[in-house]
Amino acid sequence: MRPFEYVSPTTEAEAVDALNDHDGQTMVLAGGTDLISLLQRDAVQTQRVVDIKKIDTLKTIEQVDDGVLIGATVTLDEALESPLLAGHDSIAQVIDGHRAIQIQSSGTLVGDLCQMPQCWYFRNGFGVLGRKDGESLAELGDNRYHAVFGNAGPAKFVCASRFAPSMVAWGAKVRVIGPGPEDEQFVPLEYFFVTPRLESQGVNVLKPGQLVTHIWLPKAADTKSAAYEVLESKGLDRPQAAAAVCLQTDGDFVRDARIVMGHVAPTPWIAHEAARALVGQRLDEDMAGRIGDLAVSKATPLTMNEYKVAMARAAVKRSLLRAVGKLDDALV
Amino acid sequence: MAERTVSWGPRASNKLIGTETTRLDGVDKASGSAKYTADMNQEGTLYARLLTCKHASAKITRINVEPAKKIAGVHTVYLFKNEGDDCNWDGDIVAAVAAETADIAEDGVRAIEVTFEEHPHVVDEQDLDAARKAEATKEGIVDRTVGDPDKAIAEADVVHEGYYGIHTISHMCLEPHGAHCTWNNGDDGPKLTARHSTQAVSTTGAQFATKFGLDATDVRVICNFIGGGFGSKFAADEWGWAAAQMSKDTGRPVRLMLDRATELKTPGTRPSGFAKVTLAAKKNGLITAWKSHHWGTNGPQGGTIDGNQMPYVFDFENKRVEVTGIKTNCGPNRAWRAPNHPQLCAITDTAMTDLAAKLKMDPIDLYKANLGQLDKVAQENGDLYRAQLDRAAELMEWNKKFHAHGESGGGSVKRGLGVALHRWGGQSVKCEADVRLFEDGAAQVSIGSQDLGTGTRTVIAMVLAETCGLPIEKVTAKLGSSEYVYGNPSGGSITVGSVSGGTRRAALAAVWKLLDKVAAKYELDGKSLTVGNEAVWSGDKKVCSWKDACRLIGSVPISEVGASPLDDGLTSKLVGGVQMADVSVDTDTGIVRINKMVAVQDCGLVINEMTAKSQVYGGLIMGIAYALSEERIMDNKSGRYINADMENYRLPRIGDIGELVVEMYQPDSEYNRGVVGLGEPPVISTGAAIANAVANATGVRVPVLPMTPKRVLDALKGGQA
Repeated sequence: MRPFEYVSPTTEAEAVDALNDHDGQTMVLAGGTDLISLLQRDAVQTQRVVDIKKIDTLKTIEQVDDGVLIGATVTLDEALESPLLAGHDSIAQVIDGHRAIQIQSSGTLVGDLCQMPQCWYFRNGFGVLGRKDGESLAELGDNRYHAVFGNAGPAKFVCASRFAPSMVAWGAKVRVIGPGPEDEQFVPLEYFFVTPRLESQGVNVLKPGQLVTHIWLPKAADTKSAAYEVLESKGLDRPQAAAAVCLQTDGDFVRDARIVMGHVAPTPWIAHEAARALVGQRLDEDMAGRIGDLAVSKATPLTMNEYKVAMARAAVKRSLLRAVGKLDDALV
Repeated sequence: MAERTVSWGPRASNKLIGTETTRLDGVDKASGSAKYTADMNQEGTLYARLLTCKHASAKITRINVEPAKKIAGVHTVYLFKNEGDDCNWDGDIVAAVAAETADIAEDGVRAIEVTFEEHPHVVDEQDLDAARKAEATKEGIVDRTVGDPDKAIAEADVVHEGYYGIHTISHMCLEPHGAHCTWNNGDDGPKLTARHSTQAVSTTGAQFATKFGLDATDVRVICNFIGGGFGSKFAADEWGWAAAQMSKDTGRPVRLMLDRATELKTPGTRPSGFAKVTLAAKKNGLITAWKSHHWGTNGPQGGTIDGNQMPYVFDFENKRVEVTGIKTNCGPNRAWRAPNHPQLCAITDTAMTDLAAKLKMDPIDLYKANLGQLDKVAQENGDLYRAQLDRAAELMEWNKKFHAHGESGGGSVKRGLGVALHRWGGQSVKCEADVRLFEDGAAQVSIGSQDLGTGTRTVIAMVLAETCGLPIEKVTAKLGSSEYVYGNPSGGSITVGSVSGGTRRAALAAVWKLLDKVAAKYELDGKSLTVGNEAVWSGDKKVCSWKDACRLIGSVPISEVGASPLDDGLTSKLVGGVQMADVSVDTDTGIVRINKMVAVQDCGLVINEMTAKSQVYGGLIMGIAYALSEERIMDNKSGRYINADMENYRLPRIGDIGELVVEMYQPDSEYNRGVVGLGEPPVISTGAAIANAVANATGVRVPVLPMTPKRVLDALKGGQA
């Protein structure tokens, strides 16, 4: 690992300061479950690492007037145990799906949202766009794990976040501070992720000197939610496709729906049309399958990843059925 | 023992042999106190890191290591390649830097100035047409016809044509390849001590010696524990030499272990094999002809699997086999647990199951219909397969669960069964065992062999203890140093026979000497005496305790060296085995889950049932890996080995392996034929059995292993896998 400066602020203001008061790249360290391996394999270089684990205001899950605020150093396990998140089934399901004590006990929800792509070209040093000598390796090479939506531009990677689909479905926002000492904004999560056209654009809206401090989630109330991740292994793995849904229902009928796919595009991919088609319908196995078909009908697979379309379809169908308690336990 | 012939005791009289005995070093390993090469930290040890080529094919046009040498804490740089040399695959090693810390060594690696001139590459091992277009093939490596296959095919009742394949996998030792070398410039002791992660403690010393112009006796090799070898750790290897040279140059111990990516890319692969197969049969299942054309790669050499052994286990009256190799810019091959056999099985046994489906036969019945056509090697072992198939079927509840090809009912999850079978050699080779009995009652065996994790240390202790009539805690077993008597390199499943035969021979000779001393003292006939329960016996009368007997030895211990192999019935060769798989295939997601695996395996006399079964469990797990997820992925565009990390080089987790049922097939006839090696065979037929279960479940052949969700979904869609 290359040498870097290590800073460990104890307040949000100090953190913003530490992110700003020097030249060159800075990385934020929370759980460290991904950053360390990125540094070890030299896929990213940084001059300074800002460890935010000592900032008290980031450690809690709190009830606010209209929802729940989750701090940036809250781990997956802490979130799973919080009564404030007891009604957000889709989030608990994704935490469970990690199947790895190490990630669940040190990884953080905010860290997950800010994760860099798992794309093997990126991890082997070809950047998030996966380019070499002016050509796109991801387009012309082995793209079996790459995007099947939103891939017309130079970005072919898939968003690595596992919580993004469920949180976007919930209508989550993220609290971003910096670069100025007083700067603070709440960004709807669905606008947080970026499909870069240039390597320098990054994978989310954060600019140098900025930091996500919290996730805001609405109260669960009577919303039914579920997630379904297509995981090849029963151990530590990452999904090859996923979906999450939030539904308002009236008996068997759907009043309102949000359907978001994951690991299929450089950003979480909202299936607006499929969600609209579900409104007013009775949700059963057949309907869930038709909504799945609709959700993937405009997919644009690359040379080697058509199979992911079928997986995404299954994820949408199964997350819908799971939300209304109709998914066969054997498929979970 | 009255006859004083070398043999194993009557089965019923054994106290230890045949029991389930926990490994003597189990606690050391589980608690972390066992020291592997990667754990060696002598005072002053320098740490080495490697510079590797990141191109599939390139020439080094310039290399300058001076900037690295200038870094404080960097002590030396070793060049594997020089200016003008070619690098032939991603991961080809260029240089090593030794420094005070690993981080400084990495700084040193980054400071080396190197430029490459990139050349076009070929890394696709599956697309034969593309390889031919690139003029990368070696045609006709095998081109053999027996009988008249075309006539037999024309006259057959049923003909099956199919495409099958199995991708390259890499050696993935948990402890990477490497050595900790200490050069000794003093007068005493060996010049070079190589603490080497090796399967060949007794033979790698000479490779170090030759390289450095030393006498073989000037080199000591130590390997008490090894974190996996599987056929890839027989050589000193250039990285071993590099560690020794850097130690010589600096006067400091040097530890050079390969990093994970290099471990995957360079020290060996299991070659890929793809094939088009035609099988012809009569209505009753009797196969009348086999035709196959094979291709694949073992890296720059341009070989693939051994077509001379096709078809596998069976041989048919009419056959034609052709093999085309592909020269690729991929890492080279090394023996991988049962070299060739898993690929041969994954092509033969899958084609046979597809033929059975076409004949509307149960594949077990197809095997039985062809047991008269076993190949010469399998024939020599006798027809164990019928009994093993029946026993495996019982353990799998095959008759209750089996359904016809693809007829697993509605729902998106389909369940199916598959079967395959295998054979292996396992004959013992030259090896010695040094047994000593001491006047205080201590008994020791030492061999310049190694325990690969298979339980060798425990096995020789069991043999010595059994032969001396002692509990296992009262004997000592030493392995892992080249200063002990010669032990064979452990490859080919030859070790257990070699070390247990030698130990038994030496232990018997030593015990007989001891009994002669007892006989002289008590005025008895030595040949009438036996040992057991820590005592010496004349019939059922106790003569004296073991300790009392040993007091007669005096200060010069009894020492005997037992040799292997000898044709005295202690060991034998050839094993067979049958495996069955029960899987569920999620046809919406392409994910295959193992419900249950059954393995029935013979290996002659089983010394330690626990470690024997462990071998089979391990084989099944490795088999599940290469059947479902494990593969080297070469990116055609960049030429890179794109998944050379533990996230993307997919190995199964504990939840992925299902229920494993292992039964050692050991009627008295097996006990009586003596010890045969077991390490390799249980990994052979796992892949084919699982592939056949997937085909049975879905009615669709997923032709290429591993059967990733992508390949399953592509096959279900009717596309290319």
